[in-house]
Amino acid sequence: MLSAFVAVLRRDLLLAWRGRADVLVTLAFFVIVVCLFPFGVGAEPNLLRAIAPGVLWVAALLACLLSLHRLFAQDHADGTLEQLLLSSEPAVLWVTAKVLAFWLSTGLPVVVVAPALALLLDLEQGALSILVLSLALGTPILALLGAVGAALTLGLRGGGMLLALLVLPLFVPVLIFGAGAVEAELSGTGAAAHLLLLGGGLAGALALAPLACAAALRISSE
Amino acid sequence: MTTSDRGFSLFRFAAPQAFYPLAGRLAPWFAAAAAVLTVVGLWLAFFVAPTDAVQGEVYRVIFIHVPAAWMSMFIYLVMAGWSAVGLVMNTRLSFIMSQALAPTGAMFCFVALWTGALWGRPTWGAYWVWDARLTSQLLLLFLYFGFIALTRAIEDPRRADRAGALIAIVGAVNVPVIYFSVKWWNTLHQGASVSLTKAPSMASTMLAGMLVMAFAAWAYTLAVVLWRVRPMILERERHTEWVGAVLAQEAAAEGGRG
Repeated sequence: MLSAFVAVLRRDLLLAWRGRADVLVTLAFFVIVVCLFPFGVGAEPNLLRAIAPGVLWVAALLACLLSLHRLFAQDHADGTLEQLLLSSEPAVLWVTAKVLAFWLSTGLPVVVVAPALALLLDLEQGALSILVLSLALGTPILALLGAVGAALTLGLRGGGMLLALLVLPLFVPVLIFGAGAVEAELSGTGAAAHLLLLGGGLAGALALAPLACAAALRISSE
Repeated sequence: MTTSDRGFSLFRFAAPQAFYPLAGRLAPWFAAAAAVLTVVGLWLAFFVAPTDAVQGEVYRVIFIHVPAAWMSMFIYLVMAGWSAVGLVMNTRLSFIMSQALAPTGAMFCFVALWTGALWGRPTWGAYWVWDARLTSQLLLLFLYFGFIALTRAIEDPRRADRAGALIAIVGAVNVPVIYFSVKWWNTLHQGASVSLTKAPSMASTMLAGMLVMAFAAWAYTLAVVLWRVRPMILERERHTEWVGAVLAQEAAAEGGRG
């Protein structure tokens, strides 16, 4: 069973590596969205510092949302998904592997690049580690929840917009606690409560989202 | 129809064929009840209930706002409940019910937000604040939109039913968040107006007006949903014999009248 997990993970990571351009586009999108804010709201350092956690988190969320449709689309188009669904391996297992590969190829780069962008927005150095930690805990939740939406909208006309409509309301709590963690650290109240909530959310999503996602894939490919 | 052979059973009405005439018979009664209760409720609200000691006349919006907010949350839970029943028991009617409920739930959600804004302007000085209760209610509206958009976007009814059911169940996480938001976050929105465990903190006529309006909203929802379910059943079952018979009957009745 574990070998199936590893095989799907390896395959998806390899595919992501071969199609590096897609991954880099996601990352470039993240960077550009963050850089738009100083042009939009003005380059006043105090203002930028105040909005930095929210801007970085919203940009990370949008980057995740934009890449989500890729999660199952290719496999759906070439029939791999049907083969996986027909295989004797439990769907929850390889769904989790696929989401993990997706997060490693799109979420993790965002987490890694975020501190550099935070410096552009003049975020305090002390809050950088909290930012990275909150993103590292929060973006996997986004990937897990988004996978359910991506599975449900598989192969639909206008699926991208529909996916946004479906998952954005579910993303909001993650955004609140993620950006809230950094803000709490900046205001001196400590980020522990927010980070614990994110950790709890991740544990819950990890337990439930693959189940829902596997069910959604079955519904979509009947 | 095997269940009816063994005597009367409510489960008989899980069959669309049996539910269709039942819905047609019940809907007018609920509609009439909704009309009567609305008239009584509005009369209590505007003529009997006293002016609020703190808020003056503005408070009277609660007679619409609170029942609408209750209904918007309750309908989502019922929708998720029907969805779960549909997924577990594979009953077609459950999915039709949850899809028929969604537009009414979205409407009550919108009414709650809109009346809240009209109340907020004179009371808080702003139409909208980013308060936990308000934002979670706004998210509920988006969840309704997502559900409606998803079920309408999928052409295959079987897939639409199941996909909608899944997202309804996932989205139900939000409802307790709205309900407890005034407790979890100590925010601008006031606490619960009515509690089952405490003595009512408002005049009894106010409470009566609000409860009558809540029952009116219930009756209205039942009437509208039953009416909305009927054409949905006909559309789904259009290839069956009984639908042909029903349509022929209705056409004959139409012709006889005209």
